[in-house]
Amino acid sequence: MELRARTPAGPLAEKWDRHRFEMKLVNPANKRRYKVLVVGSGLAGASAAASLAELGYQVSCFCFQDSPRRAHSIAAQGGINAAKNYQNDGDSIWRLFYDTIKGGDFRAREANVYRLAQISVDIIDQCVAQGVPFAREYSGYLANRSFGGAQVSRTFYARGQTGQQLLLGAYQALCKEIARGTVLMYPRTEMLDLILIDGRCRGMVTRNLVTGEVAAHVADAVVLATGGYGNVFYLSTNARGSNVTATFRAWKRGAAFGNPCFTQIHPTCIPVSGDYQSKLTLMSESLRNDGRVWVPKRAGDTRPPHEIPEAERDYYLERKYPSFGNLSPRDIASRAAKEACDDGRGVGPGGRGVYLDFADAITRLGRQTIEERYGNLFEMYQRITDEDPYRVPMRIYPAVHYTMGGLWVDYDLMSTIPGLHVLGEANFSDHGANRLGASALMQGLADGYFIIPVTIGDYLATAKLDKVSADHPEVRGALEGVARKTKRLLSIGGSRTVDSFHRELGALMWDKCGMARTAHGLGEALRRIPEIRAEFWENVTVPGSDAELNQALEKANRVADFLEFAELMCRDALHREESCGGHFREEHQTPDGEAKRDDERFAYVAAWEYAGEGAEPVLHREPLVFENVQLAQRSYK
Amino acid sequence: MPFGRFWGSTIGKKVVMAVTGIVLVGYILAHVTANLLIFVGPSAIDGYAASLRTLPVLLWGVRVLLLVSVVLHVVAATQLAVLARAARPTAYQRFVPQASSSASRTMRWGGVALLLFLVYHILHFTTGQAHSDFIHLAPYHNITTAFRVWWVAGIYVVAMVALAMHLYHGTWSMFQTLGIEHERVNAARRRFATIIAVAVPLGFVSVPIAVLLGALR
Amino acid sequence: MTMHLKLRVWRQPGPTAAGRFVAYDAPDLSADMSFLEMLDVVNERLIEQGEAPIAFDHDCREGICGSCGLMINGVAHGPMRGTATCQLHLRSFRDGQEVVIEPWRAKAFPVVRDLVVDRSGLDRIIAAGGYISARTGGVPDANAVLVAKDDADSAMDAAACIGCGACVAACPNASASLFAAAKIAHLGLLPQGQPERAKRVLRMVSQMDMEAFGNCTNIGECQEACPKLISIDVIARMNRDFLRASLLGREERVGSSGEG
Repeated sequence: MELRARTPAGPLAEKWDRHRFEMKLVNPANKRRYKVLVVGSGLAGASAAASLAELGYQVSCFCFQDSPRRAHSIAAQGGINAAKNYQNDGDSIWRLFYDTIKGGDFRAREANVYRLAQISVDIIDQCVAQGVPFAREYSGYLANRSFGGAQVSRTFYARGQTGQQLLLGAYQALCKEIARGTVLMYPRTEMLDLILIDGRCRGMVTRNLVTGEVAAHVADAVVLATGGYGNVFYLSTNARGSNVTATFRAWKRGAAFGNPCFTQIHPTCIPVSGDYQSKLTLMSESLRNDGRVWVPKRAGDTRPPHEIPEAERDYYLERKYPSFGNLSPRDIASRAAKEACDDGRGVGPGGRGVYLDFADAITRLGRQTIEERYGNLFEMYQRITDEDPYRVPMRIYPAVHYTMGGLWVDYDLMSTIPGLHVLGEANFSDHGANRLGASALMQGLADGYFIIPVTIGDYLATAKLDKVSADHPEVRGALEGVARKTKRLLSIGGSRTVDSFHRELGALMWDKCGMARTAHGLGEALRRIPEIRAEFWENVTVPGSDAELNQALEKANRVADFLEFAELMCRDALHREESCGGHFREEHQTPDGEAKRDDERFAYVAAWEYAGEGAEPVLHREPLVFENVQLAQRSYK
Repeated sequence: MPFGRFWGSTIGKKVVMAVTGIVLVGYILAHVTANLLIFVGPSAIDGYAASLRTLPVLLWGVRVLLLVSVVLHVVAATQLAVLARAARPTAYQRFVPQASSSASRTMRWGGVALLLFLVYHILHFTTGQAHSDFIHLAPYHNITTAFRVWWVAGIYVVAMVALAMHLYHGTWSMFQTLGIEHERVNAARRRFATIIAVAVPLGFVSVPIAVLLGALR
Repeated sequence: MTMHLKLRVWRQPGPTAAGRFVAYDAPDLSADMSFLEMLDVVNERLIEQGEAPIAFDHDCREGICGSCGLMINGVAHGPMRGTATCQLHLRSFRDGQEVVIEPWRAKAFPVVRDLVVDRSGLDRIIAAGGYISARTGGVPDANAVLVAKDDADSAMDAAACIGCGACVAACPNASASLFAAAKIAHLGLLPQGQPERAKRVLRMVSQMDMEAFGNCTNIGECQEACPKLISIDVIARMNRDFLRASLLGREERVGSSGEG
C-alpha cells in the first residue's frame, strides 16, 4: 500500500486555489450519468449529498436513523469556528490554521488544515443564507464567543444548539433535493459492506433495518460520512447508535485507518451516576468561558462546596495555565481533572468529579446574563442531576467525546481505495491528536459543502469507470458475506446480552486506552480483547430474526466490529511511544506532567492496513512535513 | 387562490369557520341587546319586533347571511371533525389532557347541542310550532308564557351554558385561526373572549330567570 | 434507594400485526435512571429470557435528536414539562406506580414495531418547502444582511423544534400544525426567508393535509407536550401567512418554481 497524500505544490495559501484549477471537471451535462452514494446524513453527509445533487449528480443518501435530521451532529452544542475576524481581535485565516495545528499537537497535515481555515469563512456565509439563526448583537450583526484553545473570539453559535441548527440547515437543503428527485433517501438503512471491482469502490451492501432486506447498490463513487467510533468505550457523549461499522468494514476492504488511538476526552461532562448508565451527557465547553473549575485543596475533603472557603479551593486550571486558565484545550483540562481526582480531591459520589462554579460569574454579570448565555444547559444539568447549578456548583468529569482518528484520506478526501471518499469525523484529517472546540462542525461542513463537490469531480472525470452489473460476482459475494454474518450472529444462542459485552469492552478500553495509557496496560488490553471477542462469538444471545426490525441484531453487528476495532486502537496506542494531544502515554511526560512529544520518531500519520483475518495489521507511515509552522512544545501557560 | 382550493385545505376551512364565527358572534351580540329590551317593558320589545318587519330586505338579508354562516360553519366543522377522527384511527388507552380547557374539548358535541337548540329555538319563538300559546309578533307574551314552564326555562339555561363554553373557546380560537397574534394583543384576545363568553349567555339567561322569579310576568 | 414500577407496554410485532398491552414487572430500579435506561434494564432481562426486547426509537439521549417519544401514562414524553422521554428520570415516578407506555398514535405515524412509529411524514412536510433555496456557494457575506436580535431570537425559539412528533401525539386531532408552523415561523422571521415565504406556507400546509394529519383546533395540547415548549403563537403566524398567501399571492406558474 502506498500513501499518496497528493498535497498540491506551491505556497500554503495558494495550494487549494491552484488545485481547484488543476483538477479535471465533469461536463455539466454528464454529471447526471454519475451515481454517488453518501453514507450518513450528519453535517458532512447531508451537506455533501445536497451539494452533489445541486451539481447534477445522481445521489443516494443513507442513514440508520428514522430521519436524516437525527444524525448525531445535531447534538453539538457550543459553536462553529470561522476566521471572519468580525471582532477585530487579531484573528485571521493564518491564526485559525495555526491554532488548529497547534491544538492538534502538530499531528495534522498543514495543507489540509490551512484549507479548512480558508473555507471556514464561506461556511458561515452559506449557513446564514440558509437561515441558520445564529446569535446576533442588538445591532443585527453576528455575535461571537470564545472557545478553548484560542485567544480570539471566533466562534459563531445558535444558543447551545449550534449543531442542531447547522444540521437542520443542511437537512433542509437535502430535503429540497429529495423533493426534486435528485437525492434518493434511504432512512433506517445501514451500510454493512463495500463492493470493490477492479480495485475501485463501486458500491455497497446495505440492510434495511425495518424489513431486514439486504441489498446491493452499485455506483461510481461512495462517500462515507459516518462519524466517529467513540462508542468503543460504551460510555461516551456519542449517540447510542453511533458506530464504527461503516469505516471498519471499509478498512477490512483495504482502506487504511489513520491514527485510531487519537481519541478526545471532553472535560465537561456530567459524571457517571450508576451501572445502568447508558450514555454521558456533555455540558458545552462554552461554559468554561464563565465557569471556574476547582477542587478542594485537601484530599478527602467531603464538605459541601459552599462550606469550603476560598483559601481552601484549588482553581487548578487557573493555577497551572495562567494565560488560558479555564479555557485550556480539552485534552489538557481533562487530564488535569483526572489528576485531581487521582489525588483523592475529586468531588461527588465516587470522587470522580470536579466543580464548575458559576458563583463568581453570577455575582459579576447577574443571574440574567448567565441565564441568557447558558440557560438551556443549566436546565439540562438540573433535569439530569436534580441539582440547581445557579446555587450549587456543577459537577463535571471528562468523558469520551470525539475521535480524531479515522480512515486515512488524501488531500482530496479519498481513502486508499479509489472511489471511496471519507468526510467529517469519519476521516483522520485536520485535527491531529486533539481537536479544538467548535472545529468539528467546521470540518464536517467544509468537507461536505466545499471540498468533496470539487474533488469527486476530478476522480470521476479521470477514472475509467465501466458499467457494473448488479449480478457481478463481487456484488453477489458481498451480499452473501453480509447474510452469512447475520445468520451467524442469530445462531449463537448463548446466554449473555450484546450490551453486557459492550459494557465489558468499554470498561476495559476506558481503563487501558482512555485518558492515560501505558505500555503495560495496553498490552493487557491486547490480551483481554481477543478473549472477550471469543466469548462474544460463543456466548452472545441475539433474539429474533433477520427479516424484521431487530434492534438487538443491529447492536450485535456493531459491537462485533467494536470488538475487533478496539484491538487496532490499542495496537496504535502501544506503537506510538510518545504523548501528543489526546494520546497520553504515562511513560512520556515532562517533569510537570505535560504531554511529551517525540517529533524525531513520531511526526507521522500511522495508517494501518488490514492484512487478513487473524494477521497483524501492517503499519504505514505518512511523514508530516511542517514547512510553515515551527514545531514547539504546546504551551498554554 | 380559487375558493375551491382554499376550502380544500384544513386551514381554509378553519378560516371559513372563523369568519362565519364572527358573523354569528356579531349577531348574538345584537340579539342579546334586543332581548334586554324586555326589561324596559312589553311595548319596547314588541315595538322592536314590529319595526324589524318594516325592513323586509334587511330582515331577510340578515336571515340569509345567518343561514349561510351556520351552514358553512357546520359543514366545515363536520368535515374537519371527520378528518380529525380519521387522523387517529387507534385511540390511546390512556390520555390525560394537559393544557386544553374543557370548553375547547367540547366544541364538537357542544356545537351539535347548540345546533339542536337552534332548531328548537326557531320553532319555539320564530315560527311557533314548539310553543303552546304562540302569537305572531308578540314576543313579550311568547317569552313570558314560555318561561313560566320551569323545564322550558331549564332548556334555555342549559343551552346558554353550552353557548358560554362554545364562545369561550370559539371567540379566542377565531383570533388564532385568522392569525391575529402579537405579544401586545395576546392577553387581550383571551380577555375579549372571556367577556363575550360570560356577558352574552348571562344576558340571555337573565330573561328566563327573571320570568321564573316572577320579575317579568 | 431502589424503585419498582409496574409497566404495561404496547407490543406489536410488525406494522400489520395486531398489538396488545403486555404487563412487565420492573423491580430494582434507581430513581436516578432515565426512563430509557429503565427500558434498557427491562430489555436486558427480556433478552436473557430469550424474549424479543421492546423496540423503541432513541439515539442521542440528550433531548436533541428527537428520536425518542413515548406516550407515558397518557402524556406525550411523560410527566415532566419541556422534557423529551430520554431526559425524563424515574424520580418523576412513585415507587410501585403503574406506568402505561404506548407509541405515538396517528394515521400519519403507522406503527413499525412495538413503540417505534414511522414519522417520515414530517420529513415530507419539510421537503415540500421547509427550506431556503440557497445553493452551495455564491451567497453574500454573512454580515451583509442584518437581522434584528429580537427576530433572530424568535426565529431560534421556533427553530428549536426537534421533530419528535410529540405535538402530533398529544393533539386529539393528530395535527402536525405546531411542527409545520415552527419551521414556517423560523424561516419567515428572517430576511433570507422572505422570497419563498408565500410558496413555502402553501406547499407545506398542502403536504401536511396530504399526509393525513388532522386539523388544528387551537386547544394547545401540543405546546404543552413540546419538549422545547414551542408556543402555538407560531400556528397563528402560519395561519396568517397562509391567509395572506391565499388572498394576495400570485398563482404559481407551471415550471417557474425551479425547485420542483
